[in-house]
Amino acid sequence: MLANEIKITPELVAEHGLKPDEYERILKLIGREPSITELGIFSAMWNEHCSYKSSKVHLKTLPVTGKIVIQGPGENAGVIDIGDGQACVFKMESHNHPSYIEPYQGAATGVGGILRDVFTMGARPIATLNALRFGSPDHPKTRHLVSGVVAGIGGYGNSFGVPTVAGSVGFHSRYDGNILVNAMAVGIADTDKIFYAKATGVGLPVVYLGSKTGRDGIHGATMASAEFGEGAEEKRPTVQVGDPFSEKLLLEACLEIMAKGCVVAIQDMGAAGLTCSAVEMGAKGDLGITLDLEKVPVREEAMTAYEMMLSESQERMLMVLKPGKEAEAESIFKKWGLDFAIVGYTTDTLRFLIRHNGEEMANLPIKELGDQAPEYNRPFTGPKKLPVLDASTVPAPKSLADALEKLVASPDLCSKRWVWEQYDHLILNNTVQRPGGDAAVVRVQDGPKALALSTDVTPRYCEADPFEGGKQAVAECWRNLTAVGATPLAITDNLNFGNPERPEIMGQFVGCIRGIKEACLALNFPVVSGNVSLYNETHGRAILPTPTIGGVGLLADFQNSASIAFKSSGEAILLLGDTRGWLGQSAYLSTIAGKEEGAPPPVDLAAEKRAGDLVRDLIAKGRVTAVHDCSDGGLLVTIAEMAMAGGIGATLELSPGGIPPHAYWFGEDQARYVVTAPALALPEIEAAAKAAGISATRLGLTGGEQLTLPAERPISVAELKKRHESWLPDYMAGKS
Amino acid sequence: MQAAVVLFPGSNREGDVASAIKRISGKAANIVWHGDSDLPSGTDLVVLPGGFSYGDYLRCGAIAARAPIMNAIRAHAERGGLVLGICNGFQILCEAQLLPGVLQRNAQLRFMCKEVYLRVERSDTPFTRRYNAGDVLKIPVAHGEGNYTADKETIERLEGEGRVLFRYVSPEGATDPKWNHNGATNAIAGILSEKLNVLGLMPHPENHVDPLIGPTDGRGLFESIKTVLEAA
Repeated sequence: MLANEIKITPELVAEHGLKPDEYERILKLIGREPSITELGIFSAMWNEHCSYKSSKVHLKTLPVTGKIVIQGPGENAGVIDIGDGQACVFKMESHNHPSYIEPYQGAATGVGGILRDVFTMGARPIATLNALRFGSPDHPKTRHLVSGVVAGIGGYGNSFGVPTVAGSVGFHSRYDGNILVNAMAVGIADTDKIFYAKATGVGLPVVYLGSKTGRDGIHGATMASAEFGEGAEEKRPTVQVGDPFSEKLLLEACLEIMAKGCVVAIQDMGAAGLTCSAVEMGAKGDLGITLDLEKVPVREEAMTAYEMMLSESQERMLMVLKPGKEAEAESIFKKWGLDFAIVGYTTDTLRFLIRHNGEEMANLPIKELGDQAPEYNRPFTGPKKLPVLDASTVPAPKSLADALEKLVASPDLCSKRWVWEQYDHLILNNTVQRPGGDAAVVRVQDGPKALALSTDVTPRYCEADPFEGGKQAVAECWRNLTAVGATPLAITDNLNFGNPERPEIMGQFVGCIRGIKEACLALNFPVVSGNVSLYNETHGRAILPTPTIGGVGLLADFQNSASIAFKSSGEAILLLGDTRGWLGQSAYLSTIAGKEEGAPPPVDLAAEKRAGDLVRDLIAKGRVTAVHDCSDGGLLVTIAEMAMAGGIGATLELSPGGIPPHAYWFGEDQARYVVTAPALALPEIEAAAKAAGISATRLGLTGGEQLTLPAERPISVAELKKRHESWLPDYMAGKS
Repeated sequence: MQAAVVLFPGSNREGDVASAIKRISGKAANIVWHGDSDLPSGTDLVVLPGGFSYGDYLRCGAIAARAPIMNAIRAHAERGGLVLGICNGFQILCEAQLLPGVLQRNAQLRFMCKEVYLRVERSDTPFTRRYNAGDVLKIPVAHGEGNYTADKETIERLEGEGRVLFRYVSPEGATDPKWNHNGATNAIAGILSEKLNVLGLMPHPENHVDPLIGPTDGRGLFESIKTVLEAA
């Protein structure tokens, strides 16, 4: 019988983030009062972050299968087949709450955690990406948060030795008290050498690997499952401290031990540390696990069972080894200077038994810990449909040139060079397309195969219409991968929302999921991994709904990839796709008119598919010289970005008929691409577009050093680029 | 040409430099463990690669400089053998006192990964034979602590003896504080030992050798070494 030195009071239950009815469920499940260690274990397993209790019922509706899917959601990361016996392993995960409290370490350990998820499966990481959302630039904490988060991401990835190749950075006052740090890692493994968490075999050693356990991060996952109120900073001790050096050693040691055939099952210690990893390995394999905590390597004295079970110290792994492989595994870990300890064994009892110096501290049914977690189908209300904004009611700018100059230097659309120059994006020598384009292109080993990678979401669309916004996030990711010439394969989703106990927030969540589902089905783009981050609220004010989509695409030969830069003068600029001049929720509307109104642009998924397939085909055949998808800021911003990237101007001749010029040039209609091509190739491209049912519009010619629009003052590309490049460095230096 | 690339805990560009060596010399480099006390026989080039040895948690390179393999490297250098330290490798060479001076935090206090322009100061060295003095190379950097400095006498001596091999310059080859991205004294990017057989530099020539990925201005450095060693 368990000694219960601490009385479990309702206050203690509440402090563990468990609701009274959830505690009742625990009592019913185990038939007695839990020990304090057991209460801690339940709080770790049953919080939102680990149990997905509010989201599971909806996540189940997402398409997760496909010809290329080797492993869908539910493992450390998703796995897809990229041919030639190779698999791509990838996942995205949030570290939002910790990054607000302690930006450097919060972001750093976010990167560390997601890298571990990928190499736990036997894959060597080849790239990381991220998606960051900060509060308004005017908010007093924003500079500090940007500076800390960017340094933290760089600090971890640069030292670990993986290139950070792409990402997105946005600002909005709705993230003032809750920033978003979503990190994605991508790795490569052989398809027949993927490792899983599921343990098999009774009486096998359970091995602890990596760094020592300390008191850092206790209750991190519980903290991440609650709203912020006053005194969020006091939660700083729940943020873990990252050690990329140890993680690099852990990577090398794990891959070596795997290659030697020592490993039956492996699970990284992420959220809820030892608890989550041990339960996962046992429950998935229908086995019990017994742990003797005095064998756990610790770096602080007098740690209790409770603290060890809930510590979120970083850079740790749990493994089940093949019998007789202990000595070989230990020698590899010792070589890398890492801790190695046999801390327990697998059993056939289906119990999760924790002993400390011979004393029983917890004895729980292992399957029920995971399976019997509460599951909620929370009430939700659909948001009110917003009216479609009539473009003629949106004031025109004094001049299109002024508006363009303002847009390319706006916080959301300005160059993010200041950010990505702090990330080593070149290490490993495989970065074919660097940050700043539509998608990163990373060569796989010696090529010619390459992966295209991108993270996308437009939160203001999701706020205005969760369903269309969810569709658009997936479609834009698919489009970005297409724009470099890749065949989009699969996605990971990182769903960031407010408090799911509020029906309107749950409505945003459900709407976005429905939109994601519809787009994934239409574009044959399954979800293979993901993460849900709820309770992103401060004082009852939620973030914009932000379902970040991280996509992976495949290029058979990286030399056939396309990029956004204008390549030479005298080439035709062609728009593929329809323009209606959709200004609702556009960057123009918010930046120039100072309003966020109307319905967001709808996504016609059939048109999206046709346009994308056409563009990919044109790239593969070498018919186009530059390609850029048309998104935030609309057509003119797209062209300006191509001009700035190539250092070549353009003369635009089209005077749109029927649509107000500012709506034509800045509207954010979806499913569009701008391409350039030599004049000779035009008839063929136009014929192909016609056959695909996609409209092709000649916009003008590349050349010169200016962007020239009919009846507008010419805009110097160099001057435009200066504005585009200087907003962020100036802002960070306190100049704007 | 038989290269040995030394692997310290936390090295992370060993693969990049090993593949550049293989690409250019046709011969695979040996990867040598920091805990070993001897170099493989026949080694004629030792490379200390980039990375974050021991996490750079003490001064960069300070712990690695005391690794067992360093004695063998010191002996190799004393015999006139070629030693190339890139980025963290440069920091290690300074900490091991195979090269003078130190590398401080970048003047702007941020890690920087970008392409910079380097001027080759002389071509009569084993590392630059295939360049011309005055050539401007486009090579990437990726470091947070690459701001080279030393006491005044040392700098004067380095300059006087022609031991500054690479300098951060403008695309046209002019020294200009604007292009000295990390604030290094005299815009120094790489220096040589007295006998000109040990080179430490912050930029990464190994990342610019593959025409399919980007510029190839880094090739000359490895081609120079190959030329010298094959003639020997």
